[in-house]
Amino acid sequence: MLTLKKTDTRHYQHFLKVVDCQHACPAHTPVPEYIRLIAEKRYTDAYMLNWQSNVFPGILGRVCDRPCEPACRRTRVEEKPVAICRLKRVAADNKGDISAYLPIIPTEKNGKRIALIGAGPASLTVARDLLPLGYEVVLFERDAKAGGMMRSQIPAFRLPETVLDEELALIIDMGVECHFGEEITSLDKLLHANFDAIFIGTGAPNGRWLKIPNHEKVAKHVDTGISWLANVSFEHIDSAPKRVVILGGGNTAMDCCRTAKRLGAVDVKVLVRSSFAAMKASPWEKEDAAAEGIEIMPNYTPTEYVFKDDKFIGVNFDQVKSVYDKAGNRKLTTTGKTLLVECDLVLVAVGQDTVFPWIEGDLGIKFNEWQQPIVDPMSLQSSLNKVFFGGDAAFGPKNIITAVANGHQAAISIDLFCADKDPLTERPDSSFNLVSQKMGIHEWSYQSNIDHQARNLVPHIDWQQAVKELTAEVELGFDERLALEEAHRCLNCDVHTVFTESTCIECSACEDVCPMDCINFIEGDENSSRNDLVQQFHVKDVNPEQDLLISDKLKTGHIMVKDEDVCLHCGLCAERCPTGAWDMKKLVIDNIGATIK
Amino acid sequence: MSFQKSTFHHPRLKVNDLGLTYRDYEGALSTLCAGCGHDSITSAIIQACYELSIEPHKVAKMSGIGCSSKAPNYFMSKAHGFNSVHGRMPSVTTGANMANQALLYLAMSGDGDSASIGFGQFAHVVRRQLNMVYMVANNGVYGLTKGQLAATADKGVKNKAGEISLFNDIDLCSMALQLGASFVARSFSGDKKQLVPLLKAAMSHRGFAFIDIISPCVTFNNHPASTRSYDYVHDHITTAAVTDFIPIKTEITTDCNVGDCEDICLHDGSIMRIKKLDSEYDTRNAHKAIMDIEEHKKKGEILTGLLYFKPTASHFHEINNTCDTPLNQLTQDALCPGARILSGINDSFR
Ligand SMILES: Cc1cc2nc3c(=O)[nH]c(=O)nc-3n(C[C@H](O)[C@H](O)[C@H](O)COP(=O)(O)OP(=O)(O)OC[C@H]3O[C@@H](n4cnc5c(N)ncnc54)[C@H](O)[C@@H]3O)c2cc1C
Ligand SMILES: Cc1ncc(C[n+]2csc(CCOP(=O)(O)OP(=O)(O)O)c2C)c(N)n1
Ligand code: SF4
Ligand code: SF4
Ligand code: SF4
Ligand SMILES: [Mg+2]
Repeated sequence: MLTLKKTDTRHYQHFLKVVDCQHACPAHTPVPEYIRLIAEKRYTDAYMLNWQSNVFPGILGRVCDRPCEPACRRTRVEEKPVAICRLKRVAADNKGDISAYLPIIPTEKNGKRIALIGAGPASLTVARDLLPLGYEVVLFERDAKAGGMMRSQIPAFRLPETVLDEELALIIDMGVECHFGEEITSLDKLLHANFDAIFIGTGAPNGRWLKIPNHEKVAKHVDTGISWLANVSFEHIDSAPKRVVILGGGNTAMDCCRTAKRLGAVDVKVLVRSSFAAMKASPWEKEDAAAEGIEIMPNYTPTEYVFKDDKFIGVNFDQVKSVYDKAGNRKLTTTGKTLLVECDLVLVAVGQDTVFPWIEGDLGIKFNEWQQPIVDPMSLQSSLNKVFFGGDAAFGPKNIITAVANGHQAAISIDLFCADKDPLTERPDSSFNLVSQKMGIHEWSYQSNIDHQARNLVPHIDWQQAVKELTAEVELGFDERLALEEAHRCLNCDVHTVFTESTCIECSACEDVCPMDCINFIEGDENSSRNDLVQQFHVKDVNPEQDLLISDKLKTGHIMVKDEDVCLHCGLCAERCPTGAWDMKKLVIDNIGATIK
Repeated sequence: MSFQKSTFHHPRLKVNDLGLTYRDYEGALSTLCAGCGHDSITSAIIQACYELSIEPHKVAKMSGIGCSSKAPNYFMSKAHGFNSVHGRMPSVTTGANMANQALLYLAMSGDGDSASIGFGQFAHVVRRQLNMVYMVANNGVYGLTKGQLAATADKGVKNKAGEISLFNDIDLCSMALQLGASFVARSFSGDKKQLVPLLKAAMSHRGFAFIDIISPCVTFNNHPASTRSYDYVHDHITTAAVTDFIPIKTEITTDCNVGDCEDICLHDGSIMRIKKLDSEYDTRNAHKAIMDIEEHKKKGEILTGLLYFKPTASHFHEINNTCDTPLNQLTQDALCPGARILSGINDSFR
C-alpha cells in the first residue's frame, strides 16, 4: 500500500534530475560517465560517449555555451564547477582512431528520402541520427561548406577550422547527399519534390539594426556583427579601421571586438546598455575580451549616429542606470549625461531574427508574431505535418547544443512520421537501469573519496601574441596532468544513493556519518507537506529547487527523507549501513535522445 | 574503503557561540562496525557539545577498553584524552580530575568495562561523587572480544553463539542510585531527541552524572533472541517523562501545564524541563527510581529518561575540600611552602 508520497523510483526522472549537469545539458550528455572515462585515460570511449549524445565533442569542448557548468553540483559545496566543457575537449584532443566505433550505414536503404535545409548543427544532427536507420538524406546549403554559424560566425581563434572540418566530415561521410551553394528559395517547390519529410534548420540569419537618427546615412560605417563576422570568415574582409565601436553585450559583441583587434583596430570599445554583470555574454567571454585589452563600457545606450560636415564621426550615447522594479524587471533611466564616442566603424550586435521569405504563406505553415514557426516543443512538427523545424530556425538564436538536442528530437519525430506513427503520442521513452557499484565490502567501482581541489585554469597562449593572429587558437586545453586532476573533482552525481525500506533497521548510522546532513529519519505521512518534512531536517535551510527522496514507512513508523541537494555521492552512507539498505547505483539510460523533452 | 570523510559540509550549517559548526566537534572516522550504536552515541555527544558551545580544549575524554572505549577517538579530535586500561578509567579520571578540575571529563565506558572488570572502580567513583560525565554504552556483550555475554545481559537471554546468560544481571543505573550518584539517566543510542538533552544536562551538572545508554551491537547482539537488538529496543522502550534542556540565556516559556511539568535549575542557571508522561514520576526520589526500574523490567519494558537528579549534591572536590585552583596551575611556592610550614604539618600528626 503506497499511501505516502514516496518518491517514484520506477521512472528515471528523479534520478536524472539529480545529475544536474546532465539534466541541464539540452542533449542530456552523460557528463559524469565521460569524466570517469577520462579519469581512466579512456579518451576514445569518452569521445564516443559524447559523440552519441552531443555529436560535436571537439567543437563543443571549445565553444559550448555550457549550461551544464552553472548547474554543476560542485558549486553547492565549493566555489567553482567542474570544467566539464574543457574535459570534453580533452577527450577529443586525445582520442585514438574512432572509425571502428562509428555506426554502420546500411547499404540497403529504407526507401524514405528526407530533405534538410541548412547545414548547421541542427540539420547535421538529424542526418547523423537518420542515416544509420537507412534513410536517404539530402542536404541543401547556400554556403559553399557545411557548419552553419559554427563556420561563418564563430571565429577561428575560438574554434579552429580543422576541428570543425573533422567533425562535420564524420557526418557527411556517412553518406549525406550534399547540395552546397544551393539556396532554397521556395518551400513549395521542395514540397513537390520527392521527399517524405523536410527538416528546416536555417538558423536565425538576420542581424538586427539600430534605427536611431541618421541610421539611413551610415551604410559605409556600420554593419551588423554577424554579417561582418561572416565576411571575415569568408575572407571578404581582412582589416579593420583604427577605432571600432561595438554596440551590444552578448557573445556576438565579444567575438566582434576580439576579431576587430586582430584585424588591426587599436581602439576597440564595447558599449552596452546593461550593467556589466547583466551583460548577456558568458563570463569567460567577457574575461577573455578584457584580457585582450578591450574596453567594455556598461550603462550606455546609443542615441544617434553623429555626422559633422556630412562626415561620420561617431555615436552619441546616453548614460543610463538599470533600475529593477519589484517583479525584477529592468528599466533604464537616464542619468542626464551624454557621451560622444568617435570611431570609424560601428558593429551592431543587438540580436538576430529568423526570416522565411522563401516559405510561401499558403502552404499551411503557421507563424507567431515574431515570425517564428509554430511547432510542438517536443516533436518539433510544424502545422504542416511533413515539415519539421529545429535549432535557431525554430526558436530564435540559442546555441549549438540546443540545435543538437533539437536535431535528436526531430530525427525521432521524422522516423515515427515516416512509419505512419504520431510523433507526439507514440513517442518512445528511454529505458533505464540502476547498476550497483559495489565491488567488495567497502569498495566501489568509482572513486568515492572526495577530492577537495579547486578548479584548474585552462592554459592559453600569451595574450599579447593572441591579438596578433586571426586564426591562432587562444586556449591550449588541459594537458594530461591537469585533465586528470580536474576529472577527479567530479562528484559522480550519476552514482545514486538508492534506498530499500525493507532492509533498514533504523540504526541511524547513515544519518550520523553523512558529511552533508542529507539523511533524515523523521515523522511524516501522506498528509505531510514538504515543509512539514523539512522542518524536521538537520539543516532546514534547503534549496527549494531540489527534490527530496522520500521513503515509504519504516518499521517504527518513521520515514527516511534525503535532501538530494548537496549529496557528494561519497558512498559513506552505504558503507556505514549494516544491512545494505543503501546502495550506490549508477544510472544508465539507453537511447538518451528520447529523454529530451 | 573510505578512510576519510569529506571536509566539505552543508553550506548552510549553523555555527554556535564559538563560531564552530558541529563538524568542528568531530573526530576520526569510526572504525567500529557499520551500524554500531556506539557511533550514534558519538554523534549525540558531538551535537550536545556543539550546542553547549563547549571549547574542545577544555574537555578530557576518558575511557577504558572495548569498542565503546574506542569511541572517544571519534569525537572532538581537538580535546584532551586518555584511553586507559580495561576497567581502570575511573581511577585514571580521578587522578586527572585531582590535577585539573577545570576540565570537563567526558568518560565513555562499556558494560564489560564497567560492570565486569571495572565494577569495583565504578562503585568507588560513584560514591566519591567525582565531577564527571560517566557514560556506559550498554550492549549486553563484550563487543570487542566477539560477543561474550556481559554482566548486564538479562538473565536467560542467549548470545549469538547460543550461550545462555545464567546469572542475575547487574543494572548499572540501580547501582549508581544506590551508591549515591547525583544524576542518573538511561537512554537509547537510537533516540537522539532524548539523549542529546540528557547529555547536555549531564555536562552542565557539577558533580557525578551517570548515563547508561542502551547501544545495540549490530554484529554480536542484534539477533532475534537478544534483548539489546534494534528491533527489541524499539519495541520495548518506554519513558516516564520527556526532558528538555534550556540553556541559561534562553527565555523560558511556559508551554506545558503545571503539574505535568517540572523545571529543575542547574548550578549554572540552565534549566532541565521535565514533561511528565506518567503522573507518578519523580526525579527526586532515588529509592522510587530503583523500584520503577524494577517494575518496568518485570513488565518487559526498558525504562528510559532522567531517573534521578539532585543538582545541589556535594561533589568530590567539595567533600575533600580541595583547593579551587587546579593543581597543575599551582606555582612552586604554593606547592612547596617551605620547611617551617612543613614542620608545622608534621607536628600536627604527632
Ligand atoms: C557570433 C556568434 C558567436 C556564437 N558563438 C557561439 C558559441 O560560442 N557557442 C554556441 O553554442 N553557440 C554560439 N553561437 C550560436 C550558434 O552558432 C547557433 O545557435 C547555431 O549555429 C545554430 O545552429 P542551427 O543549425 O540552428 O543554424 P545555423 O548554424 O545558423 O545554420 C543555418 C544554416 O542554414 C543555411 N541557410 C539559411 N537559409 C538557407 C536557405 N534558404 N537555403 C539553404 N541554406 C540556408 C545558412 O547558410 C547556415 O549555414 C554563436 C552565434 C554567433 C552569431
Ligand atoms: C585486563 C584485560 N582483560 C581483558 C581484556 C580483553 N577485553 C578487551 S575488551 C573486553 C570487553 C569489552 O566489553 P565492553 O566494555 O562491554 O565494550 P564493548 O566492546 O561491548 O563496547 C575485554 C574482556 C583486556 N583488554 N584487558
Ligand atoms: S553519498 Fe550518502 S553519505 Fe555521502 S553525501 Fe550522499 S547521502 Fe551523504
Ligand atoms: S544505516 Fe542502513 S539500516 Fe541504518 S538507518 Fe541507515 S539505511 Fe537504515
Ligand atoms: S563488535 Fe559490536 S560493539 Fe563492537 S563495533 Fe561492532 S557492533 Fe559495535
Ligand atoms: Mg559491551
